[in-house]
Amino acid sequence: MSAPDAASGSTARAARARRAWLRDLRQVALFTGKRLLALFVTVLVGVYLTIVIANMGGQVDDLRLAQIEATIGEEVRADPGFFDLPSEERNEIIERRVQMEVERLRLDEPFIMRSFDYLQQAIRLDLGRAEQMHSDAGSRQVSMIILERLPATLLLFGTANLLVFVVSVFVALVLSRRYGSPGDRAVIALAPSSAAPGWFYGIFLILVFAFVFPILPDGGMVEVPPPEGTFAYWLSVLEHMTLPLLAMFISTIFISIYSWRTFFLIHSSEDYVEMARAKGLPERLIERRYILRPTLPPIITSFLLMLIGLWSGAIILEQVFNWPGLGTLLFEAIGYRDTPVIIGGVVIFAYLLAVTVFLLDLLYAVLDPRVRVGSGE
Amino acid sequence: MSRWRAGLQQLRQYPSAVAGAGIILLLVGVSIYSVVAIPYSQALDLWRGGDMWQDHPVNAGPVWADRLAGGAAPRTQTVRADDERVQTEALPGARRIGMPLTFHYDADDFPSELNVFLRADVHDSEAFVRLTWVTPDEREIPLVSRRVSGDQRVSLSQDLDLERRLQAVPHIALMSEAPADADDAPPRVLTGDYELRLDAILFHPEDSLDAELIVYGRVHGLAGTDHQRRDLMVALLWGTPIALAFGLLAAVGTTVTTLVIAAVGVWYRGVVDAVIQRLTEVNMILPLLPILVMVGTLYSTSIWVMLGVVILLGIFSAGIKMYRAMLLPIREAPYIEAAKAYGASNARIILRYMIPRILPVLIPTFVTLIPTFVFLEASLALLGLGDPELPTWGKVLNDAQTQSALYHGFYYWVLSPAGLLMLTGLGFAMFGFALDRVFNPRLRNL
Repeated sequence: MSAPDAASGSTARAARARRAWLRDLRQVALFTGKRLLALFVTVLVGVYLTIVIANMGGQVDDLRLAQIEATIGEEVRADPGFFDLPSEERNEIIERRVQMEVERLRLDEPFIMRSFDYLQQAIRLDLGRAEQMHSDAGSRQVSMIILERLPATLLLFGTANLLVFVVSVFVALVLSRRYGSPGDRAVIALAPSSAAPGWFYGIFLILVFAFVFPILPDGGMVEVPPPEGTFAYWLSVLEHMTLPLLAMFISTIFISIYSWRTFFLIHSSEDYVEMARAKGLPERLIERRYILRPTLPPIITSFLLMLIGLWSGAIILEQVFNWPGLGTLLFEAIGYRDTPVIIGGVVIFAYLLAVTVFLLDLLYAVLDPRVRVGSGE
Repeated sequence: MSRWRAGLQQLRQYPSAVAGAGIILLLVGVSIYSVVAIPYSQALDLWRGGDMWQDHPVNAGPVWADRLAGGAAPRTQTVRADDERVQTEALPGARRIGMPLTFHYDADDFPSELNVFLRADVHDSEAFVRLTWVTPDEREIPLVSRRVSGDQRVSLSQDLDLERRLQAVPHIALMSEAPADADDAPPRVLTGDYELRLDAILFHPEDSLDAELIVYGRVHGLAGTDHQRRDLMVALLWGTPIALAFGLLAAVGTTVTTLVIAAVGVWYRGVVDAVIQRLTEVNMILPLLPILVMVGTLYSTSIWVMLGVVILLGIFSAGIKMYRAMLLPIREAPYIEAAKAYGASNARIILRYMIPRILPVLIPTFVTLIPTFVFLEASLALLGLGDPELPTWGKVLNDAQTQSALYHGFYYWVLSPAGLLMLTGLGFAMFGFALDRVFNPRLRNL
């Protein structure tokens, strides 16, 4: 390279950059593919475990059989059309109907067979038909029932999470700059309040804002009957969302601010940040390039981990606020012992978690240079 | 050891640590007191409910809350006959007994219920009893007449005939001022000396009659009562040891197993580590609460089964990844090599050399984990999956929820268990946070 032609040098550099970029892309794709495969196996195992637990290893079938016999016996005995029949004939009818019901629910096959069947269907998200429940629109397809409830859950928890995440990171950045100020101390003092889950604050909020000062509804998602017009409808939803949102916000915000602030403080005392300060770089730039950029992967991780934790918490918060989401659905399904819906619900939860984990991996691959060069695990 | 002592010394400088420790000690004290004062089997019996609570009012609030608000709501009065004032008169072949049950009433609100408990030991024919109500302003209101043998409860408040006759709920009509003419004003309490006159005819010389009038109040004790007349104090007291035990056992169970497994994985590496890692990943997508709810509805809601499932699902929790990251550098530390050189076994290296190194970092997490499990138990109870027998805070909340306590204004029913839960959560969280700052060197100066 003693006397290089400027033009050919620049093309060579461009080619090299493109090659590097392609290599990065290949690495990321490879990594993503591997993770996707691993996650798929993980979901497979997780869903199968769920199916086994949901069926109590087959014992639930006995319970269901007894229930079927009881209800059909009742039906036939209460039917005036069968009153004149002798009891043997009636018993025969009962038996035949029980047999039909057993075949409909495929209880005559061994559980092991059905479990793999369930698994295969669950993985394809073909969640089958509910045994007892139906969606509000009247469909008995489990996927329809779940689809009807999913938006409500996503709306509530998505909004709450985003709100908590954005507010806490922003406030934490401000506080870490004013470390030791009264606001900072207040957050430290308030952090232990997050020991209580959202539904706990929910009860208090309902008590105060729905009963003592009745200004907000105590539960549900919209008014009954739903108001006419899109705007009025969403206004009503917003009104119903306020309390659950607030409950989740209160229960997570302080601990979240506290941990971010601590995290930022630790990172802002790193040597390279001191170096940047010594160079006299403006504070904003230091924050963006020297503190936020290297801490981005952990921030994303913790955000997604928080999401994972909140999926579970959804059940109770939804129950307390009577929010027609997945959690309430799952709880109702368990009340009906409707195995397909239970499995469907848990499968969806498992998928949501898996998607969350996958997003995490993907973001890591994009954000963490070590993954791109292929040394990352 | 000196490191621990230094740590404790440091802890004392944090007011939140002192407050947290104080709350924890208080809770432990309450637990010990409850277990000693109300033995386990007795607590279960009491909480099962039934006749033993019949002299308690339904849904009465705590006394102190009413008095603090400046009220003078009635307490429950149990009125027995004064033996000296019992009049006996012989009749041909029978005996007439006049038994006045008198009480003084000066509360500013109506009682919540009126019940008369009669007990007649009769030999051939049933005793005949007639009840008459005498108000302080000398009005006489005939109540009921009936034949009695054995134990009998006369529920004045639920007597529909009487209600029709008085044109109001009996316990209000009987205790209010005489209605003025053409007056729609709400009835007002009449204070003074009331009398329930019992006229009985007994037909056998050895027959005896005993009567008890219970004027149920609107406040009761320190904690109030629930819809089954049970004193909430039982559940509030016994909820404490149960909550602490559940939280502690679950926290110990999950952290210790997780830590040991993480250490085993790090030490053996290779296949063992890979299997542990994959299991952790599977476990991460298993939704804990839905599975617990499932187990609760399908198998058993016993608190110990739940505890078992929590620990089982907690073994391969996400914590493994964190511990692994902490243990990996320790594995390469020279002192481990020294241990290997003198021939320490694998188990010894893991348990005595690796795990103790990260314990200090673990303890704060452990302490802050306890309230999580306490709340988990309450969450399950709130979903109606509480232990079928044990009185817990969560079950009180669940009862309150199903009985629409907030809607009916029984705030105490929700506030007292919730307050205790909050206290537990705060106590452990405050203590744990302070521990974190002492034991995590990176946080020490922040």
